[in-house]
Amino acid sequence: MKIPAAFNEATSATAFRKTMGGLFRNNVREYGMLIALIAVMVFFQFQTNGVLMKPVNITNLVLQNSYVIVMAMGMLLIIITGGIDLSVGSVVAVIGALAGVLVVRYDFNWALVVLICLLLGALIGAFHGYFVAYQKIPAFIVTLAGMLIFRGLTIALLRGESVGPFPRGFQNISSGFIPDFFQIPGIHLTTILIGLLLSILLIWLDVRARRNQRKYGFEVPPFYIFVAKNIAITAVVLGFSYLMASYRGLPNVLVLLFVLISFFSFITSSSVIGRRIYAMGGNEKAARLSGVNTPRLLFYTFINMGVLAATAGLIVAARLNSSTPNAGDGMELDVIAACFIGGASPMGGVGKVIGALVGAFLIGVLNNGMSIMGVGIDWQKVVKGIVLLIAVLFDVYNKNKSA
Amino acid sequence: MSDVILEMRNITKIFPGVKALNNVSFSVAQGEIHALVGENGAGKSTLMKVLSGIYPYGTYEGEIYFQGKECRFRDITESEKLGLVIIHQELALIPFLSVAENLFLGNERAKNGVIDWNESISKTAELLERVGLHESPNTLITNMGVGKQQLVEIAKALAKEVKLLILDEPTASLNENDSEKLLELLLQFKEHGISSILISHKLSEVNKIADSITILRDGATIETLDCRKDKITEDRIIRGMVGRDITHRFPPRDSKIGETIFEVRDWNVYHPIHEDRKVSTNVNITVRKGEVVGLSGLMGAGRTELAMSIFGQAYGKRITGTAYRHGKEIDISTIDKAIDNGIAYATEDRKAYGLVLIQEVKNNITLANLEEISKRQVINEPQEMRVTSEYRDKLNIKCSSIKQLALNLSGGNQQKVVLSKWLFASPEILILDEPTRGIDVGAKFEIYTIINRLASEGKGIILISSELPEILGICDRIYVMRDGKVVGEMPASEASQEKVMKVIMTQQEVTQ
Repeated sequence: MKIPAAFNEATSATAFRKTMGGLFRNNVREYGMLIALIAVMVFFQFQTNGVLMKPVNITNLVLQNSYVIVMAMGMLLIIITGGIDLSVGSVVAVIGALAGVLVVRYDFNWALVVLICLLLGALIGAFHGYFVAYQKIPAFIVTLAGMLIFRGLTIALLRGESVGPFPRGFQNISSGFIPDFFQIPGIHLTTILIGLLLSILLIWLDVRARRNQRKYGFEVPPFYIFVAKNIAITAVVLGFSYLMASYRGLPNVLVLLFVLISFFSFITSSSVIGRRIYAMGGNEKAARLSGVNTPRLLFYTFINMGVLAATAGLIVAARLNSSTPNAGDGMELDVIAACFIGGASPMGGVGKVIGALVGAFLIGVLNNGMSIMGVGIDWQKVVKGIVLLIAVLFDVYNKNKSA
Repeated sequence: MSDVILEMRNITKIFPGVKALNNVSFSVAQGEIHALVGENGAGKSTLMKVLSGIYPYGTYEGEIYFQGKECRFRDITESEKLGLVIIHQELALIPFLSVAENLFLGNERAKNGVIDWNESISKTAELLERVGLHESPNTLITNMGVGKQQLVEIAKALAKEVKLLILDEPTASLNENDSEKLLELLLQFKEHGISSILISHKLSEVNKIADSITILRDGATIETLDCRKDKITEDRIIRGMVGRDITHRFPPRDSKIGETIFEVRDWNVYHPIHEDRKVSTNVNITVRKGEVVGLSGLMGAGRTELAMSIFGQAYGKRITGTAYRHGKEIDISTIDKAIDNGIAYATEDRKAYGLVLIQEVKNNITLANLEEISKRQVINEPQEMRVTSEYRDKLNIKCSSIKQLALNLSGGNQQKVVLSKWLFASPEILILDEPTRGIDVGAKFEIYTIINRLASEGKGIILISSELPEILGICDRIYVMRDGKVVGEMPASEASQEKVMKVIMTQQEVTQ
């Protein structure tokens, strides 16, 4: 699903490189980040005496970072257009507050409230998008205003207090797990089966992509690399499903993440709208003169961001089991950092879903690992800042070398 | 009086693939006004950039002597220190700073980094007096007209104690009155011993004030005429400017011209920022099936503005007029509507407006017509690769792969990518704006061949070009533009370079 699309892209991008060395040189950004992520994971695995990779911690890691990943999908599109959205942390808060007020104070049906919240998210996105796309006010300023407005509205809605708790059904948005149809003690068999199906799907997609490229006369990487890559991916997917299955199975949030990541990988790599977003970010004037309605496109990317920020807001509220005035505070920075660590360019036109994903995980593992080690929040920020700087420096260095 | 202040010897400047200046020699006498004329692309601006150090020593061959000493300028500050100041066509003033601040920008009257405002202001007032500009030194540049801004530029040059003033098309955007004033000023400077080099397309003003005229053509000095000895006619200058042997070859054309397929009537366009300035006035243009129509004129004649306003109002405001395709009125109020109505516009500035440089050749080719290779918003990538490979082969785009970034192609190949993009959108009317600018002779020939092929397939082509031989070589019919108006129309068979140039030059005085 997500992973398939992303790896398809990787295969086609490397179609002309025959050797492993060439493969690496030409994807140094993606591989570099992946290697950094693995290195950081190995480091914390030792430093935390194996706590990091424990099933329960992996589940926590996913839950803790889910909202960053959800919003990174939308933020990536905005950054590709050359913009930015600083308001997402406040949008998370205001949506959480609305959910809390409606569900807890006014006793609305929680499913209906979810729908209302997503709609309001779209509306907030449209609000930002209107000023950015049609009034040509820089996104930085519009969303800075939004950041203040929606934080203020949150505090007003909640009258400065936390509101909770939520009913069980609402909490399950973030803390629930998919049901197990087999009920075998000790292992969540449904999760294992899903992992198996996913691996088969991934292999099938890659085989098909390879066949297509052959058909159109493009060179493909040697067969042994193809096999090795698929074995590695299958091992990761199966290993991960086993880890999950030995705790409580797949969290609901993880399923949602899979769906979103697949969807946005597809949008960025294979859809007309994605192609136009990249073109617009690469050269707005050229895109406009090629008939792309660039203001409308920009407007849509902000609506999309609003809906995703609302989704994240619901997840956060469900996870904390309350709506708090300072929910999502500073979250926009983690989301933006994830995109830039993942290789998106602040100039626009460049960035991949897989990159933002790796970036989000890197930040997540840093947060989680340092928390387990007992590193204070102060030093965590210092380390994250340094990682962001190194990642972007790495980009600049590579660009200069290839130029 | 005839001491030589400046001498440039055997200057050769090569850009990748193009010899912009070929062994040019040029000298200016002390206290004279020396005009430098030539067609667009003849090398006038390049020569002046070499002179002022914008192209530093080492990037060209040849020697420069200023006041008898050899100069090897590394940048523009070095040439300015010697009193050699260039004023560019696009003014280099900062709009939201005052006159005084602009005058001493980079040259501030200051002690230990603290600006001495009293001295700045009084010095500014003095300089403004010298150029005859009655404005407060505190006026912001943005609140002044172009004519006054031009005078501020000259005052700025005076502040640098100029000995040789170089003006690149100083009157191009000025009205008659302001132009007159400016020329008067140059004559005054001459009295005070300041020499000037005047680059201009307006031969009447050249004739009026120049002491000598050097004509450049195709990057070489053709001749230097002395106006003090004998009267030089404009015809004489024009002959020098265009009287070349045809250096570009054109593929043979066998035109089969059909009925009118596209027509623009009473087209009026205003400037997008200066809303009361008209950039196109009552333009009427027709294009017939299989016809290549040339739009000729000097830079700033309003050709690109006209073309872009037709292409979905991509330029201009308050656009009025009607467009017809096959006799039926069409809506071309937005770019996608224009494309849907079979119009394509390939821009003159392919890097800024034509290509997404950081993306693959393939993505650039399909950008204007993604519908063709997609189904329900999903791009069929194999199909995309197939069609873009076809265009690569058909137009002979030299790239390592269709997945190469547009950034890494040569100018000619980038131009072919832009053409491919528009051919893939399958338009009926194709507007090509300077399609051969900055590309080598071989690639030019290929572009001409493509144009011929498109015409023979029944498309109508509007070609904007500043190179007269090109217009004459491949067009069937020629419109001559000047000041946003069509001032002449002639079949190519009856046209000659002298004739077109004459229409451009003479109309100019009539319209003023």
